[in-house]
Amino acid sequence: MSEIYIAKDKFPSVLGQLMGKCPVFGPVLQGKFHEFGRLERPEDVDLGYGNTRLSPKALFHPQAEKMFDFSLSKGDPEAGILKETPKDFRPRVILGIRPCDARAFQLDDRNFDTDSVRDPWWVRRRETTTLVGLACNTPGSTCFCTSVGTGPFDKTGLDVLMVDVGEGYLFQASTKKGEEFLAGLSAGEAVSGSVAEKADALKKGAEGSMGTQFSVDAIVQNPTLDLFNAAFWDEVQFSCINCGTCTFVCPTCWCFDIQDEVYQEKGSRIRLWDSCMFPLFTFHGSGHNPRSQKLQRVRQRFMHKLKYYPEKYKGGVACVGCGRCVRQCPVNIDIRHVARLMSASCVCPT
Amino acid sequence: MNNPYLPYPVRIESIVTETEDHNQKTFKLVFLRPEDEAKFVYMPGQFAELSVAGVGEVPIGIATSPTEKGFISFTVNKVGKVTSHLHNMEEGEIMGVRGPMGNSFPWDVLEGKNVVIIGGGFAFTTLRSSIVYMLHPENRSRFGDITVVYGARSPGLLLYKEELAAWERREDIRMHITVDATTDPNWKYNVGFVPAVTKEKAPSADNSYAIICGPPIMIKFTLPVLTELGFPPERIISSLEMRMKCGIGICGRCNIGTEYVCKDGPVFTLAQLSRLPNEY
Repeated sequence: MSEIYIAKDKFPSVLGQLMGKCPVFGPVLQGKFHEFGRLERPEDVDLGYGNTRLSPKALFHPQAEKMFDFSLSKGDPEAGILKETPKDFRPRVILGIRPCDARAFQLDDRNFDTDSVRDPWWVRRRETTTLVGLACNTPGSTCFCTSVGTGPFDKTGLDVLMVDVGEGYLFQASTKKGEEFLAGLSAGEAVSGSVAEKADALKKGAEGSMGTQFSVDAIVQNPTLDLFNAAFWDEVQFSCINCGTCTFVCPTCWCFDIQDEVYQEKGSRIRLWDSCMFPLFTFHGSGHNPRSQKLQRVRQRFMHKLKYYPEKYKGGVACVGCGRCVRQCPVNIDIRHVARLMSASCVCPT
Repeated sequence: MNNPYLPYPVRIESIVTETEDHNQKTFKLVFLRPEDEAKFVYMPGQFAELSVAGVGEVPIGIATSPTEKGFISFTVNKVGKVTSHLHNMEEGEIMGVRGPMGNSFPWDVLEGKNVVIIGGGFAFTTLRSSIVYMLHPENRSRFGDITVVYGARSPGLLLYKEELAAWERREDIRMHITVDATTDPNWKYNVGFVPAVTKEKAPSADNSYAIICGPPIMIKFTLPVLTELGFPPERIISSLEMRMKCGIGICGRCNIGTEYVCKDGPVFTLAQLSRLPNEY
């Protein structure tokens, strides 16, 4: 697969030309935090960032999205019949995404894009998006990607991996889409031996700084019902306030609600992010609620990510180690701590 | 790409109030487009999302059998926002249906077996579908004995009263209709709770499968009776309810452990349920 080098002083003009061809999204400083946004000017992008506060999942699965529109007008022969809301599916580039977040989309694909059913909006956005990732030279203190099967230089979920090697960026394509992206750039030099060596050293340094913080295999081996009935959930749930922040910032939390909104004689069916932390999530019309207690909801989140998901899809856990939930939890619940409890060789029942 | 969230438009052909408390109404729906009807291929035990534009969707078991052509029916219990709205709709109005969804009762496994159907209250809809399906002339010979225990709190709360009476008159199905209590002097069927009537009628477990749907309390007390009669957990089948939105295993809320009730269920054997967390 091909690779090129672009010096940092030339990068804004390369980016500007790219933005003339298709919409480009990247990390943008908004107030005190970085978030992914559409770049209006090349200087909008801030590639010196750590990671965004929210994950980039909204680019594929918006927090609120119209699915269908309808008329409720009495005289309208089409009244009450839902019509798909037109959407923009032009090819686009997401630039500067972290390898963990790109990997998360592949984990989410197993939910949205299956043999039996395909979510049309997720699938089309995935198909029309080129992911140009930015390697993490200095992973954060809450990062643990190497413990969950990805890494600071992981190309698995990306079309192109960018490495900041000081004076410039190394671009390495790993898919056909990535090759096409590199071919379409207006500048680019051959990669010198020193640049390649530097990138290699950065990779080793970043990976070496993290290590393995818990064993995913040990969790997979513990029987589901033993984990479900474990005593430690009472400790884990104690401080949780069910705010749902962990689920909203998580790149592998995809759960959503569907609601109808009506204004005068027109309406829309909308899907909105939802959270297993909220009691209403599972509240039956009858009043029965299978997860009425906080402990049940806290347990569901961790069991889904670390046990149900790997068991259902026979793959890795549904966590990429981005650390957002660790950083932003108002009561300091740490998924790494919970994962260590779940990976213990003897799980005590309640 | 086919959009699995888009309901098929349907017209409400008729609305029948089933029960004396007016809480159960059966909606007979006709597809506006024949091609949609052709795509809606289902088996008894499956459900669909009923959709009302501006109100929302609700997952309801399909009460008709695939042997009944030209329409589909749903018996809706008035509970929440969408079902209450449905109860106020009128014949001729347009609404939507999305489906069919979920697995069905395991018809390939049930072939050649005796089938014992145990139902309680308004959870008799997909059981009605199953009975109509098995009694169809093309299907009846594919199944052994059919035994039905169906109970409600009072005679006026039984669903499908005319059909029940018609099945009572048939030779090829054993009906045990029961009510918890009644003051009706002309009541000619059983009086007693479903577990007690099941115990009294003692359907044979030999080469038999039991399908049981009803309120949790009825299921709780009927399961030991079935075990006593010799039904192993692999041959006791039930259908679960759960809050749902998408109905196709994507939106994430209806899971019990690894299983999504909407896609991997709603039909599970007792043996399958015993391997899942007790969270339903």
